[in-house]
Amino acid sequence: MASIDIESVRKSYGSFPVLHGVDLEIKDGEFIVLVGPSGCGKSTLLRMIAGLEEVTGGEIRISGNRVNDLAPKDRDIAMVFQSYALYPHMSVADNMSYSLRLRKTAKEKIASAVGSAAKKLGLDPLLERRPKALSGGQRQRVAMGRAIVRQPKAFLFDEPLSNLDARLREQMRAEIKKLHADLKATSIYVTHDQIEAMTLADRIVAMHGGIVQQVGTPLELYDTPANLFVAGFIGSPGMNFLEGRYVVGGGAGAAGEGAGIRLSDGTVVPVAPRAGLAPDAAATLGIRPEHVVIAENGMLEAGVDLVEPTGFGIILHLSLHGLPFKIFTLDRDALSAGPTVRVDFPQKHLHVFDEAGNRAD
Amino acid sequence: MRTRSLLLTGAHRLAILAYVVFALFPLFWLLKVSVTPNDLLYSEGVRMWPSRMTFEHFNFVIAHSAFPTFFKNSLIVAGATAVVVTILASLSGYALSRFSFRAKYWIVALMLITQMFPLVMLVAPIFKMLSPLGLTNSLTGLVIVYSAFNVPFATFLMQSFFDGIPKDLEEAAMIDGATQFVAFRQIILPLTLPGIAATLGFVFTAAWSELLFALMLISGNDAATFPVGLLTFVSKFSVDFGQMMAAGVLALIPACLFFLLIQRYLVQGLTAGAVKG
Repeated sequence: MASIDIESVRKSYGSFPVLHGVDLEIKDGEFIVLVGPSGCGKSTLLRMIAGLEEVTGGEIRISGNRVNDLAPKDRDIAMVFQSYALYPHMSVADNMSYSLRLRKTAKEKIASAVGSAAKKLGLDPLLERRPKALSGGQRQRVAMGRAIVRQPKAFLFDEPLSNLDARLREQMRAEIKKLHADLKATSIYVTHDQIEAMTLADRIVAMHGGIVQQVGTPLELYDTPANLFVAGFIGSPGMNFLEGRYVVGGGAGAAGEGAGIRLSDGTVVPVAPRAGLAPDAAATLGIRPEHVVIAENGMLEAGVDLVEPTGFGIILHLSLHGLPFKIFTLDRDALSAGPTVRVDFPQKHLHVFDEAGNRAD
Repeated sequence: MRTRSLLLTGAHRLAILAYVVFALFPLFWLLKVSVTPNDLLYSEGVRMWPSRMTFEHFNFVIAHSAFPTFFKNSLIVAGATAVVVTILASLSGYALSRFSFRAKYWIVALMLITQMFPLVMLVAPIFKMLSPLGLTNSLTGLVIVYSAFNVPFATFLMQSFFDGIPKDLEEAAMIDGATQFVAFRQIILPLTLPGIAATLGFVFTAAWSELLFALMLISGNDAATFPVGLLTFVSKFSVDFGQMMAAGVLALIPACLFFLLIQRYLVQGLTAGAVKG
């Protein structure tokens, strides 16, 4: 196992930059999830760590050693591909042992390594089969098995679950988490699925447009998103945003002596004072759908566009000042909501972002 | 509904049968003439099968003509060309499929251009070039010429097979600890067997039946290939159809055997199961 250090790493294809200086320190045994929409550079970063893409600038170190110019085979890492990339002309056992055979490992050692990996993943009865005789979930397991037979310095996962159906994905997610608890291996996991990111990660790296937006534990990203992108990306349904102006003291109207955000219709939503914001500065108010409260004497009135029962709870699609707005509630009474509802925003759950989109505290 | 679908199936089968008969009829005629005795060849009129069969043409061709030499020469030339071209085309096809390099566009364009003009134009210059090198009237000369003409097409053929193999497989192998060459040899090449078989078969048949260059570059029977040899059955005053057809039937055998040998690799779907599908 090893630590991985990424220092102002950049990548361009020709003159087209895709990564603009990424800094990241990954501790030994840590499970890091790179998350972001497609095209944000997360897979490119992973492939650079693996050695499959050249590094345009900056430095990557594994266990303190610079690996920029090392071939993938000399980096001692294992990778699980989105497509699984199993060798079709080899049996499951041969697929799993290929890396050990290339390293001229003793036969008995190979057999015991493959045996224990197969046992861990429930692949025992399938060892003699070819990949084409396996189901999607089984292939996924073989791909994992291929990674764990040797003890590499780090595991890299490139959207390993995105080809599975929802149920299987959930199951494999739990298995990956168990496996990590078991092996304590340094892991870097790329996904665009924020549930996978939240559930698996020790720390999440949220990326957008080739720039790291925020690094932190899953709950840090959920509770205190650093900017509008992270706020909107983490959480499902996504956070609601309302544009307004920051007002303090006398100008606050309904807010009295405190601070607030004045929305376009003049309503002032009281918020705790934000030192980072000048009075009358443009600001965006954010609140998660699950934190909005429906109240008879609520502060704002919104039209109900759509009611979506999910079984567990209910998602209400509203329009507030003509903008889409969502509420998630466990209260079944919401099913029979009238054409309009009144809502309240509890102050402790409000997020405020400045004009540049950064969090204002 | 049921009778309609039965009828459609019947019509479909009949159409296929008609096509197969149409395509194979010349082969049948070849076989028929080769077993027709000389005295019946012109006297029986048009018949589907002679009233009396004979193998005397085969006997004569094998025992008393230079045909075994032609046959051996053809086997050497076609086999060597197929192997040389397939090796070269595998390497160049892989390079075109996997690497991006500066002159790639121009190399591809040049290879396409070589396929554009008629070969007849090149007979004289090639003869002029090979003659001082002592490569006329030699099997090596033929192998070189055939290889040069077949490499571009075979390269494109192999490239399309390499394109069909996901890049992830090599990357996985490289992460597993293989160099690019080891990954090519142990992972990619076994998966390209159908492509290699197809290329071998294609080049072998092309070289086996080539007449123009064989005729121009070879004089005398010692280095003649079988298509040239067939012409020896044409004399100034007559054509010995029976012997010519018997030689033709014999010449079909290696091509058939060759395809029998490689047909199991021609079956596609070897890569099924590699990636999600």
